Amino acid sequence: MTASFPAGLAPGFADPALAAQVSFRAALTALSEPGCLVALGHGLAPPPPPLGPAAAALALTLLDHDTPLWLSPALRPAAAYLRFHCGCPPAAGPEAARFAVVTAAELPPLAVFAAGSDDYPDHSATVIVDVAGLRAGGPLVLSGPGIADRATLAADGLPADFLACWAANRGRFPRGVDLLLTCGPLLCGLPRTTLVGG
Amino acid sequence: MTGADYNFAYLDEQTKRMIRRAILKAVAIPGYQVPFAAREMPLPYGWGTGGIQVTAAVIGPDDVLKVIDQGADDTTNAVSIRRFFRRMAGVATTEHTAEATIIQTRHRIPETPLAAGQILVYQVPIPEPLRWLEPRDTETRRMHALRDYGAMQVNLYEDIARHGAIAKSYDYPVLVNGHYIMSPSPIPKFDNPKMDRSPALQLFGAGRERRIYAVPPHTPVRSLDFDDYPFTVQRWDECCALCGATDSFLDEMIMDDRGSRLFICSDSDYCRGRQGAGEAAE
Repeated sequence: MTASFPAGLAPGFADPALAAQVSFRAALTALSEPGCLVALGHGLAPPPPPLGPAAAALALTLLDHDTPLWLSPALRPAAAYLRFHCGCPPAAGPEAARFAVVTAAELPPLAVFAAGSDDYPDHSATVIVDVAGLRAGGPLVLSGPGIADRATLAADGLPADFLACWAANRGRFPRGVDLLLTCGPLLCGLPRTTLVGG
Repeated sequence: MTGADYNFAYLDEQTKRMIRRAILKAVAIPGYQVPFAAREMPLPYGWGTGGIQVTAAVIGPDDVLKVIDQGADDTTNAVSIRRFFRRMAGVATTEHTAEATIIQTRHRIPETPLAAGQILVYQVPIPEPLRWLEPRDTETRRMHALRDYGAMQVNLYEDIARHGAIAKSYDYPVLVNGHYIMSPSPIPKFDNPKMDRSPALQLFGAGRERRIYAVPPHTPVRSLDFDDYPFTVQRWDECCALCGATDSFLDEMIMDDRGSRLFICSDSDYCRGRQGAGEAAE
């Protein structure tokens, strides 16, 4: 295997079936319990920076030839890695992407991503946002499906107008994009149904 | 022993990715039916092909699986699906609701309250609650998009006009998080209140109809009703003949050809647990 491996590319999951299952369960927990921090990407060889282990594990778990991927400019160095391991076609722009991996600093307005239609709200983008810091307890107060009462979250480096953008995203339910916030090995889900207060 | 000639949990990885993406969108849009490319499974439609595919996409070697069919762990469907995952994923199986991390169910919700971290996978025959009112998928899709649910309320009202009460006793439609009307699969309406704000994640798989939908934990699930005809569940004058339970869903058993009948718990694990507790107390 290693002999035919393209030079300079980090390897993917050592055991794809089992590692993808563990990563998927982490993503499922994150999206079904917004505000809950989960860790993933254990045992994964370091992906090409600035792609973090959680974002890389999500990509290896969920992407394939059916999912056009858009990378924000800072993450372009990881394009060859993701294309080799996932086989995902590059999207011409954020509007054509089924998945996007972006850094928080380069997060475009959420309205540019595909939001699905009222008839098919599942035809919408899932955006993996690599934030500068992620921890429970903080300025963001979350409520909605998956949250018993309320959850708190601190995500560093999100754009200043994020709360307004998110409120607009939530306001067009059932259309909307879903976010997966990652930082290193940590992951927190923000499905379109979550109400975020500052 | 796992089936060494098959991938872990039977399905190939590309199929699992496709199902996993559908499950994540289903969780993000509670009650919305996400279309997915259901595969042919080694059992006939109607035996839980949708539930099996959802379970196969979710299950890992550390999970403990429970499978019930109409509440019972020891019926053909439950036994064969449990054996399938023991062979294909090498997972531990159990009959105790509290020990399970994943519970695949056909037409019941266990009586023992579910806990946070558990996943309940429903086998669904007809996922579209509006299908008997409107046969065209393009139309029901529009109705869901516009929340055009008047026809469903009229349907329930016609029951009241005809029978004096809402006669639907299973597959009773629910409103999820105030938006989508959802079919809870043919569980008795007795189980509907257990779906409301359940701490467990609920996933629904319909194999023949190729739909996956979900209810995240702590999500409001309201059974449709009217202010003057509120939703009620079934009640029995009898108690379970085996464990004496008065709070569980009872099956009526015909005992002979002279009309004698017996009522016993539909949830076999709950009933056995109560019988064991009763013996221990004596």
